[in-house]
Amino acid sequence: MLQLSNILIDGVVYGMVLFVISVGLSVTMGLMRFINLAHGAFAMAGGYVAAWLIRVEALPFFAGVVLAIVATMALAAVLETFVFRFLYAKSELQQVLFTIGFTFAAIAVASFFAGAYIQQIPLPGWLHGSVTLGERTLPAQRVMVVVLGLAVVLLLWLIIARTRFGIWLRASVDNAPMSSSLGINIRLVQCATFAFGAGLAALGGVLGAELMPLEPYYPLKYLVLMLVVVSVGGMGSVSGTLCAALLLGIVDTASKYLASGFGDFFFYAAMIILLAVRPNGILRRR
Amino acid sequence: MQLSQASSPIGRGSYFPWQWHLAGLVLIVALYWLFPGNLLMLTRIATLAILVMSLDLVTGYAGLPTLGHAAMYGVGAYGAALCAKFLTGDPLAGLLVAAAAGGLLALVAGAFLVRYQGLAFLMLTIAVVQIMQNLASKLSFITGGDDGLSGFTVSPIFGRFEFDMFGVTGYWYSMILLLLSFIVLQRIMSSPFGLCCMGIRENRDRMSANGTRIYPQLLKLYVLAGVFAGLAGGITAQVNQIVGLDSLGFELSAEALVMLVLGGSGNLVGGIVGTALFSGIHHFAATANPFHWLFVIGVLLMVVVFLPKGVIQLVARRLGNNVLAVFGRRA
Repeated sequence: MLQLSNILIDGVVYGMVLFVISVGLSVTMGLMRFINLAHGAFAMAGGYVAAWLIRVEALPFFAGVVLAIVATMALAAVLETFVFRFLYAKSELQQVLFTIGFTFAAIAVASFFAGAYIQQIPLPGWLHGSVTLGERTLPAQRVMVVVLGLAVVLLLWLIIARTRFGIWLRASVDNAPMSSSLGINIRLVQCATFAFGAGLAALGGVLGAELMPLEPYYPLKYLVLMLVVVSVGGMGSVSGTLCAALLLGIVDTASKYLASGFGDFFFYAAMIILLAVRPNGILRRR
Repeated sequence: MQLSQASSPIGRGSYFPWQWHLAGLVLIVALYWLFPGNLLMLTRIATLAILVMSLDLVTGYAGLPTLGHAAMYGVGAYGAALCAKFLTGDPLAGLLVAAAAGGLLALVAGAFLVRYQGLAFLMLTIAVVQIMQNLASKLSFITGGDDGLSGFTVSPIFGRFEFDMFGVTGYWYSMILLLLSFIVLQRIMSSPFGLCCMGIRENRDRMSANGTRIYPQLLKLYVLAGVFAGLAGGITAQVNQIVGLDSLGFELSAEALVMLVLGGSGNLVGGIVGTALFSGIHHFAATANPFHWLFVIGVLLMVVVFLPKGVIQLVARRLGNNVLAVFGRRA
């Protein structure tokens, strides 16, 4: 019973990290049909900037995190305007190659500026402690991850379902040429979505720093994880990504607890089964 | 896949095929005399070129981008190594086992994989290669796990040519196998079957309206690619006499895809040229600093996307024509 609850708690925390880090990618891929393998590079950028702001510049934790996210979004908006938007019309293979090349270059740049060692993001004192929930005590950092993950879900739902921008976004996902001819500024929607996705990646990079340590090879190491979550969840579907992330997070954690020698075997086996049954996403029937 | 002008090996290759094969043989001899100190690197290029050609069948000819091609390569490598360890040290028998292992995995995985296309196919190939790697790591009592599989001996080829430490035998062995694989694959891919695969790449619906059954053709192609990827792995295992977990890795698959694209996909010569180019750049850039190397290859990849397709081959052909023009002949 204790083990089961341990698996569930750690699985949900891991799944939340996976969700926050992948959901931006899912929206970009769904909206622009753009396979952005450089998503991990934005997560790394956010984590590195946050680590630098908090550790070297000694900013308070939340100010540093928010500034890092804003900086990453600005960087992504600039890159989207000048580079990435020319890739939307290219073939899948070319998008994959360009963004992988971008990731390689980002790894080299990160190690040039910050060295090849792990970046620590110092936690403030109140996150070091633990929180008592009923009979269990949980590390405060994990509770924060789950709370922020839920906040992201709520925020995304509000934006997509309740704002004018969300209407534009959904219209563009369904039919870009038609929404363009109805007067929606597709370029603005694309650029803002790309930047927003990168901001979510940065948040995921900061939140997940305990589970996925920030080092120069970060964007390549966790790229496959993000792609798995997105393809199982279905491109462009927020709820699908949440389900896929939680499910895969729990499967992976359970296999680490119960059958540790197999590595990622069960994670990928679960992915194959889910993709075989629902190739268009976990919540979509054909 | 982008629509491509059918870069046809048919028109070019079928005039005097034996002349091209002779040219290949001359090139192999010339490389042996020109770079006697780099035989090990040339051997590596030759084996990787076979892998990249086999990847070209799937990605270039049939238009299915895959990031899991190393699965068949690694299975072939382990197959050849285990055959040398437990059955017989004969290298040719080992190659048969390697090719069979690669083909078998391709048949089992492909029966499931080629139903999908695009991103789903890409992700499923990644899953296959990761599962194979985790299995190899778990079954360490057979595969040696993280330490790699070594301690097997390969007997001399035809009982005469022993694998020496300078890599001379390994060089000839791998280069001649590369040439043979190239000839065989060139022949197969310029047959109606090869044309059919290109047709599937260009327009699936029209091909199936023509009466082609897509699934069996793609499965055949995938098994063919698996056989040659397994062969490449087997040669690597026999020449290096050690097989590591990295031969089943996602990284190797990604590198092979990069090599293919550098040389130009949809064309077997492109695979070989790309492998040589990639390994050459790697050799010179990585000696300084591995991160420089990553930067160089990253920028190169980004540039390649915005270059027109097959530009490197175009430049090479121009250069070749200039050389031929010296002898008063227009090529």
